[in-house]
Amino acid sequence: MSATVSTTDRTETTFVSKGAFDVDWRRVLNTGGLLALGLCFISLAGMPIGLNGRKLIEPVLSLGYLSLLWLPLVIGWTVGNETVLEGMTAAKRGGRDIVAGAAVGLIGGAGLALLILLVNNFDLRDPLVNWSPQLLEVLEFDAGDKVGRTGFGIGLWLIVTTALTAFGASLHLMPKNIRKAVIAAIVTVVSFAVFETFVIDVVDFLDDLIYAKRGGLTVVAAIALGGIAFAASLAGAGRQISAYKQAYQANTGPSKRTQTTTLVLVSIALLIIIPMITGKITQELFANIGIFLLLALGLNIVVGLAGILDLGYVAFFAVGGYTTAVLTSPNRGDSWPDWFPLMPWWGALPITIVVAGLVGLFIGAPVIRMRGDYLAIVTLGFGEIIRILFLSDWLGGYFNGAQGITNVPPADFGFMEVKGTDPRAVFYLVLVFAAISIYVSWRLERSRLGRAWMAIREDESVAEAMGINTVNMKLMAFVVGAILASFSGAIFAAKVGSIFPTSFLILVSIIILVVVIVGGMGNIMGVIVGAVVLIGVLGGPKQPGLLAELGQYKLLIYGALLIWMMLQRPEGLVPNARRSRELHQDEFLQDAWLKGEVDTDDEDLPEGAQA
Amino acid sequence: MSQRMLDIQNLSVTFGGLHALLDLNFHVDEGEIVGVIGPNGAGKTTFFNMISGMVSPSSGDILFEGESLVGLDPNQVTQRGISRTFQNVRLFANMTILENVMVAQHCRTKQGIFGSLMNTAGFRAEEREIREHAEEVLGFFGTRLTGYRLEQPASVLSYANRRRLEIARAMGTKPRLLLLDEPVAGMNPKESAELTELIGKLRSEWGFTIVMIEHDMNVVRDVSDRVVCLDHGETLAQGSFEEVSSNPDVIEAYLGRPLEKRA
Repeated sequence: MSATVSTTDRTETTFVSKGAFDVDWRRVLNTGGLLALGLCFISLAGMPIGLNGRKLIEPVLSLGYLSLLWLPLVIGWTVGNETVLEGMTAAKRGGRDIVAGAAVGLIGGAGLALLILLVNNFDLRDPLVNWSPQLLEVLEFDAGDKVGRTGFGIGLWLIVTTALTAFGASLHLMPKNIRKAVIAAIVTVVSFAVFETFVIDVVDFLDDLIYAKRGGLTVVAAIALGGIAFAASLAGAGRQISAYKQAYQANTGPSKRTQTTTLVLVSIALLIIIPMITGKITQELFANIGIFLLLALGLNIVVGLAGILDLGYVAFFAVGGYTTAVLTSPNRGDSWPDWFPLMPWWGALPITIVVAGLVGLFIGAPVIRMRGDYLAIVTLGFGEIIRILFLSDWLGGYFNGAQGITNVPPADFGFMEVKGTDPRAVFYLVLVFAAISIYVSWRLERSRLGRAWMAIREDESVAEAMGINTVNMKLMAFVVGAILASFSGAIFAAKVGSIFPTSFLILVSIIILVVVIVGGMGNIMGVIVGAVVLIGVLGGPKQPGLLAELGQYKLLIYGALLIWMMLQRPEGLVPNARRSRELHQDEFLQDAWLKGEVDTDDEDLPEGAQA
Repeated sequence: MSQRMLDIQNLSVTFGGLHALLDLNFHVDEGEIVGVIGPNGAGKTTFFNMISGMVSPSSGDILFEGESLVGLDPNQVTQRGISRTFQNVRLFANMTILENVMVAQHCRTKQGIFGSLMNTAGFRAEEREIREHAEEVLGFFGTRLTGYRLEQPASVLSYANRRRLEIARAMGTKPRLLLLDEPVAGMNPKESAELTELIGKLRSEWGFTIVMIEHDMNVVRDVSDRVVCLDHGETLAQGSFEEVSSNPDVIEAYLGRPLEKRA
């Protein structure tokens, strides 16, 4: 580190022109290989066959083809990505970007062509289930039994992938506003096509207007939608929104408080109004997002704030659900004594909270003295133990084992009955509890307890040496998390009307954790976004999301999304400032350095003395 | 002399067969500044870890203001009024500078979940006190850690300022006895002279009793009332800086070279 940095002598980037074929061929080869592998993998995973029945644009495009086609487009764009540093020389955008893109596409297409040839001539159906005539049919564009269909398929794929990657790469050449408009058009058309069920559910009359009889947008509607989105983006709709956003973020004065309040009130109003005008499917989706959001908010306190990696979080969800069921359902096990009360849902809620808190304490006490990985493994074990206890014959008299507790009555509030057949009521109830959970997280984060949790997350032994009773504090985080999860369990019991051990598989724990991590650990907004994106779009373990059509491929996408996130954006979709600092420490320090924010107090520090 | 603040009696600690500390006897009186010196591996940091409860002794006793500290957890020791810094600066790097000192007051405050959720008057008053005390402590180091720095993460600080923040965080716990583990390590002569002066002020203005591990003999000479030299877990010499530095055993422990030349 040099002693002084002045921020004024930063030089502009110089751009030099390069020939159209002056391309980084090694990179092209690598990326092209990646594309080829990706296309073959998707094909052999069966997505084109399985999803071919779902038409997106009648009759040209199906979801099966889209599962292949998005990849060349994205890879074409990434191959043109270049880090441009200030004061350095960089290549001008030009024909070489398109050449590189096209070359990548050609390699990718060749990979797929090779697959077509191999599938034609060899039979590997034994290990690879999708190595089948159906795959061939899809890959050869349903050309039927025509002579030369293989050649036709190969040729068309080469053209299509090359064109798509070249198009992806050419996005770099477009002026920024055109590029944004193009992307907006593509995203709009694809969203309207993929989310057909929900679009119809929300705005009924669109069904006949833009969708074909057997599903899928009509070609005319697709073009019209794309055009509208293109025009809207060009007209500056996006710029307007981001200008508002920037103005809000830049505002530090007293008026920010009013703005925030308005924003919150408007969001709440929207959340109350939207379910009134939409159909059942959307309401159900909202309710599911809410239930998982509640869970994720609780886990966020445990993992995000206090840094306790709890892999058995579903246990508290289960405890909440079973406690409510036992207290409200006449079909609870036979072994409960006669005096054991049956009560309405809202009467059972305080007891559920207390029981969940006690179970949190009971599980937490032995576990919490451990640290890091060990703690994660032990919580994993306890999560399973709780589920197996509910499943067991030993407690079968109380919880009915695998048959579960059925006939859980709806939560009756007089003006509103919360039950599974009325997802809107479930959503409103969830909304109330989500508001409570958000308030709790928000207050705790900014308190003495929140600071102590953060200190524990940063360095547990130092936190202890600084006078924090780490065992008590961690236990408290655990119990608060357990209580928030029990809210969710109680609502879940009323919603589903029955409680089975299979609702509380380890997968639920994992998915909640994924919601927290993908959204942005330690950040309430991040957790909300994470729940909306993952549960809303992809769906929960058993709950359908917007992409319900993906069916069996949902988990594949989950996994791919996770890997991508952890590589590209480990801090989550809406990062917590602290967390991203931690993960991008070096970049952060560089930026701060350039802005002159880094302490330059140690000018005459001897060399090598910096920590 | 005034009351014995810290009294260590026949203290030993063994890791496997290794004696990290052997039969140590040591005391600190209220208002003293005691320097602990010794070659690397002498057991100085183990000694601090033991007082602060991070390592438990194999035998012997540690009395703080007449009560034994043996068997207490580190947070209980801090609660009693002993705070420490770490040799290899261990700040809460992603918390702000202000938060680093605020969190140190944890054991002196008591608002719980109810207060924070209801945002009670008591909660707000306590938060204000915590903040004021933190700013007062940080103000002790001049303007380096105050102003716009308050809201910056500790990770942007320069090395010397991290050391200062470590001391500030230890002060935040409102201790009576402060254990400083190599407070000037890695600082240049100007900075260490300045910090030496501050250590003196920690006693005169804040009333802390201080035990300090330090390799820089100028600092030890300038600020210590008394010096203890450890080697291989045993006390080689105790007394004034002159007495200890001229002790032939001490000179031998430091590779046989006179200490003055090292400094």
